[in-house]
Amino acid sequence: MKKLSKIYIGIVLAFLYVPIFVLIVFSFNETKSRSVFSGFTLDWYEKLFHNKIIISSLINTVIIAVLASVISTILGTFAAIGINSMRKVPKAVVMNVTNMPIINPEIVTGVSLMLLFVFFAARMNIEFGFVTLLIAHITFDVPYVILNIMPKFKQMDPHLYEAAQDLGCSPTKAFRKVILPEIMPGVISGFLMAFTYSLDDFVISYFTSGSTSQTLPITIYSMTRRKVSPEINALSTIIFLVVVVVLIVKNVIENRAAKRNASYKGGVRE
Amino acid sequence: MKQLKIFSVPYLVWMLVFILVPLIMVAYFAFRTADGEWTIQNISEVGQYANIFVRSIWLALIATVICLVVAYPLAYALSRMEKHKQSTMLLIVMLPMWMNFLLRTYAWMTLLGNNGIINNLLGMIGLGPYKLINTSGAVVLGMVYNYLPFMILPLYSVMEKIDKSVIEAASDLGCNSKKVITRVVVPLSLPGITSGITMVFVPAISTFIISRMLGGGSNLLIGDLIEMQFLGNSYNPHLGAAISLVLMVIILLIMTIMNQFSPDDQVLI
Repeated sequence: MKKLSKIYIGIVLAFLYVPIFVLIVFSFNETKSRSVFSGFTLDWYEKLFHNKIIISSLINTVIIAVLASVISTILGTFAAIGINSMRKVPKAVVMNVTNMPIINPEIVTGVSLMLLFVFFAARMNIEFGFVTLLIAHITFDVPYVILNIMPKFKQMDPHLYEAAQDLGCSPTKAFRKVILPEIMPGVISGFLMAFTYSLDDFVISYFTSGSTSQTLPITIYSMTRRKVSPEINALSTIIFLVVVVVLIVKNVIENRAAKRNASYKGGVRE
Repeated sequence: MKQLKIFSVPYLVWMLVFILVPLIMVAYFAFRTADGEWTIQNISEVGQYANIFVRSIWLALIATVICLVVAYPLAYALSRMEKHKQSTMLLIVMLPMWMNFLLRTYAWMTLLGNNGIINNLLGMIGLGPYKLINTSGAVVLGMVYNYLPFMILPLYSVMEKIDKSVIEAASDLGCNSKKVITRVVVPLSLPGITSGITMVFVPAISTFIISRMLGGGSNLLIGDLIEMQFLGNSYNPHLGAAISLVLMVIILLIMTIMNQFSPDDQVLI
């Protein structure tokens, strides 16, 4: 049974990884062939680094992802604090609307924002581009921030904030010293989630970007639509390596924190 | 804490303008003509594309079922591994999902192509070439490949919580391994199954990338239809909005059905 499950996991992993490894192998292929490996070269990487469209869309993607995730983290953190202190019914209404961009298919969110921007563009001289893209990204990022923070309030004693004020804290200080530290893990995971969703988003960006401001996924899409170029393979290889490194670092940090927590609890507290 | 309510005002404004109003606009556009009159013609026109709707639902359904069948044993095997191995294994399973899904789909384009590797390898042993790409099978494969982790994750997270002693108790009390699965594991993992189904079905039914990259021109899905009305040659946002509205209703129905099977306190999105 044990062996059988190991074989099964192996097969599924092969299914998940073989396509990616094939992409990586053919990024070093001398010719443009996608099935015959004829010789080793790094040419496609060189071409990639000299491809102005890719580089500029990469920079654009990072700028949008940073701005959108920072703004949505601030907006979402304050929102979560406010929503948490609402009465039951308004709270439920707001949370249901907040869930909509997550439940709705991406294409519907993209199309709905596009309709809004078209409407405004016709009346207020706004162009599709950086601003519409940023607004769209913030809109689909904020719900993830809020959903990451809300559970932290459930774990928190609601009287702590009042207690801090009774003991002489000003409301701002009580907020800074009591509420913020309690919800911080949620804020951070919400920020990271928003950032990665922004980096990776294609569908919503596709409908809200116009032709002037492109993100990397949009550039990748137009590359796959045109003729075959192993530059895409080279790009995939680099992205894959970045993902592997980031996830390993994340895992190591988390494991260390878990160990530290365990020894702290085991040694000092209990 | 009541005075803290005011903090949510900026977001409430944002939510109103950029979440609620756009969705209302979709509904509004769906019932208006280009000349600005009320109509139900757009909605009735959606009926012409019934075959595309049926195809989308069918392909998404097949992909969802395959994902469930493939992911269920995997998630179970993962959840029964030693604890310290689990997190590493989960990382390895989820890692491909962190690659942009356009690149993942592109990978299959190169594998399935008429001169692609699969046909080349088959050619070496004297088979084929087969028409692999631009078929509905390729679209389903693309859906399964891209959305399989969405099924694995919720399944794993409920199964991981199933106490080992519950399973042992069942077998001590005379259940064979088949019965342990059907009477203990499946009922306890039901919330994971329902949320996995929605998490795979919703993106699968609304995709336009997978069908475009792997399905060629002959496997249009609802997503392609919507995209064509907004950014394609047949520009008609009114019809596009009507199709989006119908798609939303279909998804809402599916989710309501799924929530029926889920215990009340564990309704997952």
